[in-house]
Amino acid sequence: MLSYLVRRLLLALFTCWAISVLAFVIIQLPPGDFVDAYISNLSASGSGISADQAQQLRAEYALDEPIYVQYWRWMRLMSQGDLGMAMEWQRPVTEVIGDRLWLTMVVSLAAVLLTWIVALPVGIYSAVRPYSPLDYLFTLLGFLGLAIPSFLLGLLVLYFGFVHFNANIGGLFSPAYIDAPWSWAKVGDLLKHLPVPAVILAIASMAQAIRIMRANLLDELRKPYVVTARAKGLSEWRAIWKYPVRVALNPFASTIGYTLPYVVSGSIIVSLVLGLPTVGPLLLRSLIAQDMFLAGAIVLLLGVMTVVGTLLSDLLLMWIDPRIRAED
Amino acid sequence: MRRVGDVRTEDGGRKTEEGRREIGSDSGIGFDDQTSLLRPPSSVPSLLSVRDLKTYFNQDDGLVKAVDGASFDVFAGKTLGIVGESGCGKSVTARSIMRIVDRPGRIVGGQILLRREQGGQMTEVDLIRLKADGAEMRAINGGEIGLIFQEPMTSFSPVHTIGNQIVEAIRLHRSIDKAAARARAIELLKLVGIPRPEGRIDEYAYQLSGGLRQRAMIAMALAASPRLLIADEPTTALDVTTQAQILDLLRDLQARTGMAIMLITHDLGVIAEMADDVVVMYLGRVVEEGEVDDIFHAPKHPYTRALLRSIPTVQSTPRRKLPTISGSIPHPYNRPTGCPFHTRCPDFMPGLCNVYEPALATVGPRQEAACFLYPEVRVASGVPDPPGHPGPHDGEAR
Amino acid sequence: MADRTSFQDPHAATLTPSPASLGPEETSGPTAPAVSVPGALAPGPGPGEPLLTSEAEERVAVATQAQLMWRRFRKHRLAMVGAVIVILFYLVVLFADFLAYANPEASDAQRGLIAPQGIQFFHEGKFLPHVFALVGKRDPATFKRVYTVDPTKIVPLTFFAPGFDYRLFGFIPANRHWIGVEDANAEETLFLLGTDLEGRDMWSRVMYATRTSLTIGLIAVVVSLVLGVVLGGISGFYGGVADTIIQRIIEILRSIPTIPLWMGLAAAMPKTWSIMQVYFTITIIISLIGWTELARVVRGRFLSLREEDFVTAADLVGASQSRIIFVHMVPLFLSHIIAATTLALPAMIISETALSFLGLGLRPPAISWGVLLQQAQNVQTVALSPWLLLPAAPVILVILAFNFLGDGLRDAADPYA
Repeated sequence: MLSYLVRRLLLALFTCWAISVLAFVIIQLPPGDFVDAYISNLSASGSGISADQAQQLRAEYALDEPIYVQYWRWMRLMSQGDLGMAMEWQRPVTEVIGDRLWLTMVVSLAAVLLTWIVALPVGIYSAVRPYSPLDYLFTLLGFLGLAIPSFLLGLLVLYFGFVHFNANIGGLFSPAYIDAPWSWAKVGDLLKHLPVPAVILAIASMAQAIRIMRANLLDELRKPYVVTARAKGLSEWRAIWKYPVRVALNPFASTIGYTLPYVVSGSIIVSLVLGLPTVGPLLLRSLIAQDMFLAGAIVLLLGVMTVVGTLLSDLLLMWIDPRIRAED
Repeated sequence: MRRVGDVRTEDGGRKTEEGRREIGSDSGIGFDDQTSLLRPPSSVPSLLSVRDLKTYFNQDDGLVKAVDGASFDVFAGKTLGIVGESGCGKSVTARSIMRIVDRPGRIVGGQILLRREQGGQMTEVDLIRLKADGAEMRAINGGEIGLIFQEPMTSFSPVHTIGNQIVEAIRLHRSIDKAAARARAIELLKLVGIPRPEGRIDEYAYQLSGGLRQRAMIAMALAASPRLLIADEPTTALDVTTQAQILDLLRDLQARTGMAIMLITHDLGVIAEMADDVVVMYLGRVVEEGEVDDIFHAPKHPYTRALLRSIPTVQSTPRRKLPTISGSIPHPYNRPTGCPFHTRCPDFMPGLCNVYEPALATVGPRQEAACFLYPEVRVASGVPDPPGHPGPHDGEAR
Repeated sequence: MADRTSFQDPHAATLTPSPASLGPEETSGPTAPAVSVPGALAPGPGPGEPLLTSEAEERVAVATQAQLMWRRFRKHRLAMVGAVIVILFYLVVLFADFLAYANPEASDAQRGLIAPQGIQFFHEGKFLPHVFALVGKRDPATFKRVYTVDPTKIVPLTFFAPGFDYRLFGFIPANRHWIGVEDANAEETLFLLGTDLEGRDMWSRVMYATRTSLTIGLIAVVVSLVLGVVLGGISGFYGGVADTIIQRIIEILRSIPTIPLWMGLAAAMPKTWSIMQVYFTITIIISLIGWTELARVVRGRFLSLREEDFVTAADLVGASQSRIIFVHMVPLFLSHIIAATTLALPAMIISETALSFLGLGLRPPAISWGVLLQQAQNVQTVALSPWLLLPAAPVILVILAFNFLGDGLRDAADPYA
């Protein structure tokens, strides 16, 4: 088990490094460099800088240096907590991102938890009682969940909420709490608004998780050890819960590890549709404005947080049942 | 074909040796002291009586009559062998008895009568009438009837130790604490011949060899001292040497505890070695039933005869084609009308065998068959005598 | 996860093959131990397979793999429905010009946000398909032209009416469309699905959007397939260092949220690029999204087949590597690959729709479902003009259809289903 832990940790670290490289590539992609963009941004608002000033900026940001030097510089700055300047906002990136990153993870984690809590019993039921009316219902819902992309679902939910309930379902806070400092009341408000985006995000991954659980359990239910358990005198559900479910949980748990990145990805677009104060809208804005430091920082932070989250969930699973890992 | 020097005692099989504890000596095993070597007269009650069992599977493509009217008896201390090809319904019969038939299978008719002790008295309970998942059936499964089958590897859960699973089997039927159950589990493992049981008990199934796994499965099936052990192809997945050891073990356990064994197999050699009585099944029906000697030396049903003929022996003529049974087993959705075997029967009588269904009738002192060749069967089924086959009272003294 | 039923018992003597080696099946499988009932079962299907009469046995014995797959596929009703829907959609792709009746780019700001006009089939007892005319009046307060339905005036419709010019299949000049207005003049128009913000006919735009979205999806999935097969194949067949590297890459891509990455790539496209360049780049970006899944499937198949005895035999006989791969191994899992590809298509379509919806993918004047849905971003606008949401319908329908189809293909390809 220890070797597994070490391997996971090393892989996580390596992944984070890979993300930083990818994020940096994104920063560098648009034609021209930071100073060019800065100048064009300034000129849009009617001001400008002299050629000398531009040259000075370039030297300061080491923009004339080869790329790996720039990368190294960027990493160094970041490790000191300086994520650079968001050009469009004229404020440090950390300030602009603010709470949004945390909120993104909160929404994503809520969606992942929801997926697990729902997919497991539904998948088990569907496998044990196939072709029953409930199973057909679940299959239908599952297909709908698979077929409707989350952002479209968000659109539809918003539309129906608006037209039929005359309510704006979007957003994570009531107007009163949006700019308020954090308090328990604010947390409560957040929890009240969390279900809608969490459910919308969860539906797609839930459908997939149910199918996986159902398929795995169906395979296991055909195996002889289930018969042995019943022949011993165990009741049907007890036998199923103790034996084939435990075995089917193995592959299920390993796929679960990839749910978080999927959900975080989805949350970007859904947050745009629902107008959530998370990282999504900010990322889009920064990409369109080619505010690359902001965009790159967001990509990096998102990636790192996702990797950390996945690692924690793996550790949690391992702690809950070491046999899941020992059986690997 | 019976082995010389069988280890059977005259008093019916409860052989004890000094210093050896029997399984379940604390709770006692309720079995009849009146069982004897030969097939007991009908006054001796059977442990388990299956009467006209019908188990059907309602699949998408059609109705499969996996068991279509099977009847037989199992007696304490004796071994009943059920033999037939794959698909003839042997395993489904075993599952039906334990009420663990998989969906979409359902028992649609018949009776399964088990004699058991309830409230200090021996009563007969029809297992079909019980709720499959109810408390009484669950007490019977494992407690009165044990099951072992052919895939010892996949018969144990891969994520639990065998000790965990055996202890569970024990504690489902006896209220003893974990430590006592664990001790008993070790004792059981020792009993079935597993060396170093204290160490093995905490191992997983994949860590044991095939033979040891099968022994462990036997230990688990016997955990609660059942009076009937159903063995569904217990040796098919084993090599010949291990097969012999397992059969020896089963015989030994039977001698010691007096439990009945229902041995399901397609291997006639195993039947010859182990069984006292034999039931031959074809397409879900019992076609012949009798004592093992009679079945092997004087088979009555054409199917049984064909099966025995097709076994290669040392005495067969070399360079001659092995006799086979012509044709192949009909598709379960395409059951032949009348006698299920008539499409492949060398003694097929048109107009009779493909029209009427033969009932199982006594054709010998201790033998029953379901074939229209025999007047007793024709009488029992109420069909006319075909030309060339006089009836029972046509100038023949019975 | 290792299939435990295929675990070989090391103690089983070679005389009696263990049924465990025949794959997962029920307990009633006959093998051939020394004294059993040989000959009772005529040579035919293996254990667990339905036993057949001789005639049916003959038929199946000579059926090719494709025929077997087709038989199994046909039983899966949902998959057949999916297949039909997919075919219909691709017919739309081919005939988009014919199925559209108005020039999709003909904008008229004054005709913005007109509600869909339902076709009425009977007029005064006669079969005469028509719509009610729209009458434009200048609103005195805003000075904008407002269109209202006038039930008294009818606009008769004809089938195969002349309309704007186009080239069928790209080279046959034509100008007939499936429906149109006779003697079209400025006032008499047909808007089956209403108009969008800029007054363009939604129906015609949806037809062209279908063409764009489905072709991008198809091309992207082919690129993904090539990537996946090549990388997965190298990984699975050769193993070793290449396998480790490719595996790590796949794992990294799976454990990070990739949408931000693709958004970044898409946003980096210079705004000055032509439509074709954008189209091409978007296709590449989208194909990068799905190749990991295909690579995993391919790798898994290669890994499991590599250990098979027939591969060793072919190798020993002297077959070249490419021959072993393409002649011996690939045909065995081709069907799985097809199924996996069909299941990967929906993800491509969703990605393109999402990126264009955000404004990062295809941009006007290109027309795709995502571009159309961009106009539906504002809830208040949509509340007043719900037909703007209509492009969502083909998206959902096509995803469902591909999923059903892919499921059916996968089940038909899987021998153990």
